[in-house]
Amino acid sequence: MQTTKTATGAVPAARPKRRGSRLQTKETIAGFLFIGPMLIGVTILTLIPIIATFLLSLAEWNFVAGIQDIKFIGFDNFEALFQDDKFLKSMRNNALFLLAVPIYLAISMFLAIVIDKHVYMKSFFKVAYFMPYISSIVAVAIVWQVLFHPSAGPVNQALMSLGIDNPPKWIADPKFALPSLMMIAVWTAIGFNMIVYIAGLQSIPKDLYEAAEIDGAGTWVKFKSITFPQLSSTTFFLLVTGIISTFKVFDLIAVLTKGGPLNSTTMIVWNLYETAFVNLKIGPASSMAVVLFFCVLAITLLQWVGQKKWVNY
Amino acid sequence: MTTTTRTAKVRKGILTAIMFAISVLFLMPFLWMLSASFKIEAEVFAYPIKWIPSQWHVIENYKEVWVGKFPFYKYYWNTVKVTVLTTVISCAVSALAAYGFSKIQFAASKYLFLIVLATYMIPQQAILVPQFILYRQIQLFDSHLGLILLGSFSVLGTFMLRQFFMGIHNEFIESAKIDGAGHWRIFWKIAFPLVRPAIATYAILRFIWTWNDYQNPLIFLRTDALYTIQLAMQKFTTINGEFYSLMMAAAVSAILPLLIVFIIGQKSVIEGIALGGVKG
Repeated sequence: MQTTKTATGAVPAARPKRRGSRLQTKETIAGFLFIGPMLIGVTILTLIPIIATFLLSLAEWNFVAGIQDIKFIGFDNFEALFQDDKFLKSMRNNALFLLAVPIYLAISMFLAIVIDKHVYMKSFFKVAYFMPYISSIVAVAIVWQVLFHPSAGPVNQALMSLGIDNPPKWIADPKFALPSLMMIAVWTAIGFNMIVYIAGLQSIPKDLYEAAEIDGAGTWVKFKSITFPQLSSTTFFLLVTGIISTFKVFDLIAVLTKGGPLNSTTMIVWNLYETAFVNLKIGPASSMAVVLFFCVLAITLLQWVGQKKWVNY
Repeated sequence: MTTTTRTAKVRKGILTAIMFAISVLFLMPFLWMLSASFKIEAEVFAYPIKWIPSQWHVIENYKEVWVGKFPFYKYYWNTVKVTVLTTVISCAVSALAAYGFSKIQFAASKYLFLIVLATYMIPQQAILVPQFILYRQIQLFDSHLGLILLGSFSVLGTFMLRQFFMGIHNEFIESAKIDGAGHWRIFWKIAFPLVRPAIATYAILRFIWTWNDYQNPLIFLRTDALYTIQLAMQKFTTINGEFYSLMMAAAVSAILPLLIVFIIGQKSVIEGIALGGVKG
């Protein structure tokens, strides 16, 4: 108590001289007034909750019981979690879902290169590919649900008329449900990634290409030795944000599959949601939240380290 | 020389045509949705797909969606209210904080900014449960106010706008101070007008993200009358599961306002995204 008091009290007044210190106090007050709303909001809605998540992950409790009934049980929740088949399945599905990231990065990069230099009506294409990103996932998911309808949906109708007798049942088929969701995720992510790639392309110095042309480099050589390496920081950034966003996939699952069929599409956030808000198991849900937190943290730290090391500049 | 430019032009034209075909394929789900929303139910699944309905059912479908048994106008109003208020409050809070962090020099500022920035790493899903418990305790659960507050304290917005405020020369601020202006006046008269384009970009993005938000309304709203359009749409599909033409009309209605906002603000959205590579 003593130490914190002197520490906070001493900081603003310590260095400047008398007249300056009054001015400085005024500045400090103004500063706190300006950042105050943000600070209060972040403290109440983010900082306190994240501490609570850590505490609750060590507890056994449910919403219905009062706070006095909370029981701390150490790391039992985590132990149970890593023996829980459904949780392991959801982690595995998350890992599989990561495969969608390099796929949409490759498509986005290709489209960005073509649209940036080699076509007319650039802004039409930007808007067209951006459409899925601005549309709500719920609306998009409902449309795909109908398109993927096992018997009557246009996708399977088309496949059957092409002579495929037993087309996959897509989101109703445990084997195809996750890949179907990944396809939709790729479709929605392309617009965003492409726009960032186009911005990246525009920052590549033109004289690099001119020099290469003088040396007689073809399209492929120019891509391989100029465009691709010059885009590496953009790619790295998109890879990291892409990976983080796969850890947060929720809307698609909630609307389309609810984790099924046979848990084939359950992922960590969906599992967390079900455990907390359907089964009302706060402890296990919070331990999942802690795992989620550390996954995202690890990737973010990797980004900080990696940006210095791997990015080709 | 002219022949090479001509072949280049032809090549560009051909590539444009190919890309156009790909983009039509890419937009197929939207086209299908739009066309299905105009049809009578029996024609929705007709194969081969009838892109132009043989029997137009536009008014009936949209009337049923908007003022029928499950009237969308109510949910539309809820969504407009929540989205507009969230956008306005979030812009205000972020702009104030961004100014405070960049243009007011005081000792704690640096550390506080680091703390705020660090919270950006916390995925909201990791704190849903405590937020839910907290909301139940302080009576914000199942209210629009609670939903609005959840979207109002954006670290991303603060960070983005801070970059722009830092671009304002300190001489502007200093000379205004010498003229006797306080920070409040400097903020309104000098700083705010200068970063208005950045705020517009952030506002459009926040609008789109809030309009499309499904997770928070799902968890923090319970009463049917308070539903936003995303929740309403899902409920609508469970009720009208057999009426795909109506579902598609609902989906079109949910996407349309965003499309309009996007087309109006297209340049700032694309620039904003390209600039910071931001993502909700």
